[in-house]
Amino acid sequence: MDVSLYFNLPAWLRVTLQGVAVIVVLFPLAAACSMAERKISAWIQGRPGPNRTIPPFLAWIPVVAPLLQKLGLFQLAADGGKFVFKEDPIPGHVNKVYFVLAPILAMIPALTTIAVVPFGAYLDSAGRTVPLVLANVDVGILAVFAVASLSVYSVILAGWASNSKYPFLGGVRASAQLISYELSMTLSVLPVFLWVNAPGGPGTLSLFDAVQSQSQPGFWGGMWYGVLMPVSAFIFLVALFAETNRQPFDMPESEADLVGGFHTEYGAFKWSLFFVAEYCHMIVGSGVFVLLFLGGWNPLPWVSLETLAGWLHLAGSPVLTGVLATLLFLGKVVAFIFFFMWVRWTLPRFRYDQVMKLGWQKLLPLSIANLIVYAIVIALIERA
Amino acid sequence: MPVIPVERKPLTLAERTYLPQIVHGLKTTFRHLVAPNVTLEYPEQRPEIPGGYRGVPTLVRDPNGREKCVSCQLCEFVCPPKAIRITPGEIAPDSPQAHVERAPQAFDIDMLRCIYCGLCQEVCPEEAIWLQTQYSMTGYTREEMVNHKDRLYELGGTLPDAHHKWDKKKAAENAAAHGGHH
Repeated sequence: MDVSLYFNLPAWLRVTLQGVAVIVVLFPLAAACSMAERKISAWIQGRPGPNRTIPPFLAWIPVVAPLLQKLGLFQLAADGGKFVFKEDPIPGHVNKVYFVLAPILAMIPALTTIAVVPFGAYLDSAGRTVPLVLANVDVGILAVFAVASLSVYSVILAGWASNSKYPFLGGVRASAQLISYELSMTLSVLPVFLWVNAPGGPGTLSLFDAVQSQSQPGFWGGMWYGVLMPVSAFIFLVALFAETNRQPFDMPESEADLVGGFHTEYGAFKWSLFFVAEYCHMIVGSGVFVLLFLGGWNPLPWVSLETLAGWLHLAGSPVLTGVLATLLFLGKVVAFIFFFMWVRWTLPRFRYDQVMKLGWQKLLPLSIANLIVYAIVIALIERA
Repeated sequence: MPVIPVERKPLTLAERTYLPQIVHGLKTTFRHLVAPNVTLEYPEQRPEIPGGYRGVPTLVRDPNGREKCVSCQLCEFVCPPKAIRITPGEIAPDSPQAHVERAPQAFDIDMLRCIYCGLCQEVCPEEAIWLQTQYSMTGYTREEMVNHKDRLYELGGTLPDAHHKWDKKKAAENAAAHGGHH
């Protein structure tokens, strides 16, 4: 396949095209997650879920149209169209500038974090693994944390600008919760990077290097960090649920006690932006978890992408290995998003004081102890 | 008031981490995820109506295809919400209905008033009015929601008759005419 035409384009145009391509995939994926959520909740509750909507001009197609109808895909399109075209009133008592700004601010970090998250890799003609990522920066995980934690501002801003009780309470809860769990989350990934950064090598916080260090030969080299550091993975997972405001930690929304939480006063397109931003966070968060603890695009522990490409005789083809790696990675992310939804429709919400207690009194000491233990163990191994 | 102190066992470490319970819960929801649906897709799939169901009141014919109602108006008088309105009519001597004295000229049940109590069925000496399995009534106007006589017979159809009251009476009369006991 001739890709030289593409590489002859000016750099700014290439970067723009890549960025647009990623967003064009991420945004509908986040929207599709909302339908997946409805279907999975329905199946868990013994219902078929949305399965009626079909545009009449497509109904004649034999097998495909009824299948998509059963899966609710047309319902998704109809909902999306509704959100775009319905009237979007701004309540009279809100602070208009911040009220409009909040959903925009929710989308920006949600779509920005994907820039530093590698979503695949390909083997170039020399056999080296090259990441498929918009910006392969050395500060990878740090950039994800820095930008992702900005999303709390949109929630606070929405709660504050709405100028009414329940959104305000939702915003306050969100800020307290996100700050509490940010600490544990950051501390839980430190052992991973302590292990990745072997002494003598160049220091890195890149997510790509974290994956590469899980695809080395040998028993320890090929092991995923989820097996090697289960406590880290567990703390990261719990904190991820809290950071993405998912059940059992959806304090900011708490529709049972706070009406709708921070987005009570929102409707139509602005509300749907919050919604899509939440799913974008879930996708990116799942992606980071998969990269750090589940071996990224490596199909199985001890079976790296290179090995699989060798088995399938794809080693010489960058495009095919790239597609394979991206599919593997996306498959893991989708499975992880399913896990998110599965948990949501299983667990009830924690009480607010339980959330605080769990964050500060349980997870934080646990993550500190975990860090100390792994630091000592890694120091002993490196010294030996 | 007697107080029974209940001893509360302290939670074990495993219970305090919530994790075994969460795993158990995930197993339960996964079982439901793969289990078949418990709902019906209503307009296409209809529920099975159990026997003795009190649906829309209807008028039924006897196995000979004759109308059973003799227009005694007991149901009209017993009806608590006054949903039934009967106009009694005479029967011509050569009519197939001539075994009874009267038949309803008009029989209206206002389904906007009916409370589906079943008293009309209970009180009917001829077993002519039955609450059957029809449960869905819709209409755009008040007039549409009034079931007239022809509609009531259309909904009711024919039910098997356990007694054949009028046939027995006729047989007895015939027997008497031919020198029987009566």
